[in-house]
Amino acid sequence: MEWFNAVVQGALLGGLYALFAAGLSLIFGVMRLVNIAHGDLIVLAAYLGLSVTLVLGIHPLLALIVVVPAMAVAGYILQRGILNQTLGQDLLPPLLVTFGLSVIIQNALLEIYTADPQKMNAGLLETASVSLGGLSLGVLPLLTFAVAVLVIAGLQWTFYRTALGRAFRAVSDNQDIAQLMGLNRHHIFGLSMALALAVTAIAGILLGIRTSFDPSIGGGRLIFGFEAVIIGGLGNLWGTLAGGVILGVAQTIGAKIDPGWQILSGHLVFLIILAVRPNGLFPRISG
Amino acid sequence: MSAFLRLENVCKSFGAVTVADDLSYDLAEGEALGIIGPNGAGKTTMFNLITGTLRPDSGQVHFQGKNLTGLSAARRCRSGLVRSFQVPQPFSGMTVFENAMIAATQAAGLTGNAAERLCLEVLDQTGLLDKANTLAGSLPLLGRKRLELTRALCTRPRLLMLDEIAGGLTEAECTALVGTIRDIHVSGVTIIWIEHVVHALLAVVDRLIVIDFGRKIAEGEPQAIMQSPEVQEIYLGIEVDA
Repeated sequence: MEWFNAVVQGALLGGLYALFAAGLSLIFGVMRLVNIAHGDLIVLAAYLGLSVTLVLGIHPLLALIVVVPAMAVAGYILQRGILNQTLGQDLLPPLLVTFGLSVIIQNALLEIYTADPQKMNAGLLETASVSLGGLSLGVLPLLTFAVAVLVIAGLQWTFYRTALGRAFRAVSDNQDIAQLMGLNRHHIFGLSMALALAVTAIAGILLGIRTSFDPSIGGGRLIFGFEAVIIGGLGNLWGTLAGGVILGVAQTIGAKIDPGWQILSGHLVFLIILAVRPNGLFPRISG
Repeated sequence: MSAFLRLENVCKSFGAVTVADDLSYDLAEGEALGIIGPNGAGKTTMFNLITGTLRPDSGQVHFQGKNLTGLSAARRCRSGLVRSFQVPQPFSGMTVFENAMIAATQAAGLTGNAAERLCLEVLDQTGLLDKANTLAGSLPLLGRKRLELTRALCTRPRLLMLDEIAGGLTEAECTALVGTIRDIHVSGVTIIWIEHVVHALLAVVDRLIVIDFGRKIAEGEPQAIMQSPEVQEIYLGIEVDA
């Protein structure tokens, strides 16, 4: 039963990892941009949430109403102002620029909020739990997982059922032809980054309610996000959710064996899957 | 006078290779212009210069009285000009219908039902209606060529540029395609058509331009142009006896 409990808790944790990963997966899918600053953007969203909560005196979940649009607008400006200029045949410029961005965000956060760990106060939500067939499940992890499923379903729907999603897929398929069909790729890229950072905002706030955070933890979130994307297979959003769950379960089982093994066992499972299935479990994009 | 499309002293070279050499011509609205010339003469380059994929080194392109220099390819397409590709380039991971919808929504600016209706009409006209839900990447060659035409038409073009769309088709397929293109022309769309399949071309166009080494070497009434010794020699590579 204890082991079963660990698996369920891990799966729920995987929902958070899937939220970390969804934005990465989306922008890589649309414009082949690997965003090294993604983890720091998650942390930035958490700090924004913290400030909004403190200034307005509202519940962290209500802060989403402010932080999600704010991050989306920031994403659009970031993409059109800086990142579009780095995209081309060469993959290196966007890597270097987003790495620089990562350093800038970390140091700015350090300057403004100091290195002290912070946490958002969500009141009862943090400790509330429900009993389910002998298991005691936290409401917050359940909520996080449900949000992850909704976000992934929403992104999937956007991609395959809306005009915007069609534009994303057309640009992803062949940028040059998309231009000749009247698509402004810079605008479409801006919109995809806006959508990615809106998801990042949700991830950041849920992270900030769940655990304490400080400006330096972005790198770790980036790695978890990458691992979830790659385990699931590039370009497959439901695969990303599966990847997050696998990573979460691996970590909680590792922690069950020895508390020090939590992160390590996640990485080990990732490496094993990478060795056996280099394209991930459910790849959509080949090569 | 402001022509529908005007190329004014357009020049373009890649290093030592000149692909457009002081190219100028006017096109009236509703006209169908054929372009012929040997491989590598700069015919496709001319399309790239008009659509905005390439920028000329010097010279200008005017469309409907507007100077296109400086406009992005996307803006040019939305202003009503579109080209098809010799080697079809569909969005292969999307269905035929979705390919058409991109053109109808992004270029023609339609939404919802209006966009869907246009796509269905065009798919019917180009004979792809029964393939609407097929992935574009799995179509055979003729289907892909038709999709090129479909997608171009779904932008609701004023000027349609066709790049060797008849190449590689059987005689019957070619005849059907010529019929479709003639219908499009009759409906009021101005056409520039690059083609090696000369009899298909001559069934549609009112005027011919011959291009070689990026230069316009002959221009005029199609039959007369085809019979001129200069064209026979340069384009067909035949030494004409004096």
